[in-house]
Amino acid sequence: MANRWRNTLTSDDVTPEAMFLNRRQMMAGAAALGLGLTASPLRAAGLEPNSYEDITSYNNYYEFGTGKDDPARYADQLTIDPWTIKIDGMVEKPGDYAISDLVPQMTIEERIYRFRCVEAWSMVVPWNGFELADLLDLVGVKSGAKYVAFETVLRPEEMPGTRFPVLNWPYREGLRLDEARHPLTLLATGIYGKPMPKQNGAPIRLVVPWKYGFKYAKSISRITLTDKEPPTSWNMANAREYGFYSNVNPEVAHPRWSQATERRIGGGLFAKREPTLMFNGYDEVASLYQGMDLRKNF
Amino acid sequence: MIDQINRSVRAIPNWLIYVAGAVPVIWLYVQGFQNALGPDPVDVIERSLGLWALWLLIAGLCVTPLQRMTPLRLIKLRRPIGVLAFFYVLVHFLTWLVLDVQIPSQIVADIIKRPYVTVGMVSLVLLLPLAVTSNNWSIRKLGGRWRKLHQLVYPAVALAGVHMVMQAKGFQLEPLLYLAVIVLLITTRWMPLSTFRQAFVKR
Ligand code: HEM
Repeated sequence: MANRWRNTLTSDDVTPEAMFLNRRQMMAGAAALGLGLTASPLRAAGLEPNSYEDITSYNNYYEFGTGKDDPARYADQLTIDPWTIKIDGMVEKPGDYAISDLVPQMTIEERIYRFRCVEAWSMVVPWNGFELADLLDLVGVKSGAKYVAFETVLRPEEMPGTRFPVLNWPYREGLRLDEARHPLTLLATGIYGKPMPKQNGAPIRLVVPWKYGFKYAKSISRITLTDKEPPTSWNMANAREYGFYSNVNPEVAHPRWSQATERRIGGGLFAKREPTLMFNGYDEVASLYQGMDLRKNF
Repeated sequence: MIDQINRSVRAIPNWLIYVAGAVPVIWLYVQGFQNALGPDPVDVIERSLGLWALWLLIAGLCVTPLQRMTPLRLIKLRRPIGVLAFFYVLVHFLTWLVLDVQIPSQIVADIIKRPYVTVGMVSLVLLLPLAVTSNNWSIRKLGGRWRKLHQLVYPAVALAGVHMVMQAKGFQLEPLLYLAVIVLLITTRWMPLSTFRQAFVKR
């Protein structure tokens, strides 16, 4: 890919060294070290990844319960091996893809991204994953396809939260094809160089850093290419509150939360609110939405 | 047995109830200062205090029906329960204001624009005069109007239940159960006494 995204949020020097060495070992051979080592202007503002502990103990994953600590408590019941993703719809090579075959064919990179939840809090997460575009190229997208739909696995016997219709299960999310192909968009398989923890959406989840966190479908079991905007779970639950696009946008207030500012998780009791950035700071995606009214298409 | 309970309840000094009731708030904040509440202590404190407030409001609404349906005499606890409930609502609100939202212009905007916050705020405002007049002097001073004034507790607690339902995302059971309990407790007020006696006491 000519325009592979360059990481600007590297902060190996602020990560504890033991963790860093550990990470390098894990990443060895994984073509992961093409990280742009330019100092980020944001690092001066104190931007560094949240701890592994924060990232794995504070989760929204309603299939395991609505409390932030429910996923860490209950997700260990999920069986993730073997795991196949059904890829269907408008693709050249539909089928059930075992991730044990699929992932080794992909270029795993580390990407340190800001993560912004619609609930007006944020973290910084060092993901490991590959560009979704590469998978789409592998399976071949038929002309005419315009959207990519994602489905989270639904196993009531392993996912206690799904025994009550909090949402219309299975969890569904979607992207426009150009969003899905954007080099920022990942399918992530790990955090901090470790395999994706179950509470974070093991074994494989979507990462779209300029959108609110609920767009990041977890534990993906199906990917479908379509020519129609796919239904998405939160939008089905409450269309007034959750739009299909759900781009991070400080100017479009959500009925529940002003989105102008955010609270960085991990800052303790007196963490100051920080201004939220348009597209969560990923201005390079702005061109995807040229000519669109982002107030209407929220 | 029942007599024993009634007697022990009467023997508890009020100051002890207030001190014991303040312990969870202090304990939450101590843990918050020690970073022992996980990655987001503000959210934990805010939610825990909201739940405590709701539990206490519901407990307060239970006193009278219990008195009517059973020989239990817990009326002495009603004032401390009510005053403590208001204290929890107030700290819940102040936590939201000072630690969560922080920005003054945003506080006002949130109260006006976020329906679940508006509803919570109305509930708080309705509870304020009740907390202020929960003392013997006010009862004497207000006479018959005191009873009337304190009927505000019904809309206030109902709105607190609605606030709980509204703040939940997706379709969740727990907040609906709280609201159902509140509605039941309020509607029993309008049931004639004889209905209770027949239903619960005689048989
Ligand atoms: C009688 C008054 C009130 C009661 C009984 C009450 C109770 C509650 C309860 C039970 C919750 C849910 C906790 C949970 O399920 O984890 C909650 C959430 C919340 N309340 Fe209240 N509340 C009251 C008034 C207020 C007021 C006046 C405000 C602010 C102006 C407020 C702001 C909030 C917020 C922001 C949340 C959501 C917290 C979050 O999403 O993290 N509440 N409240």
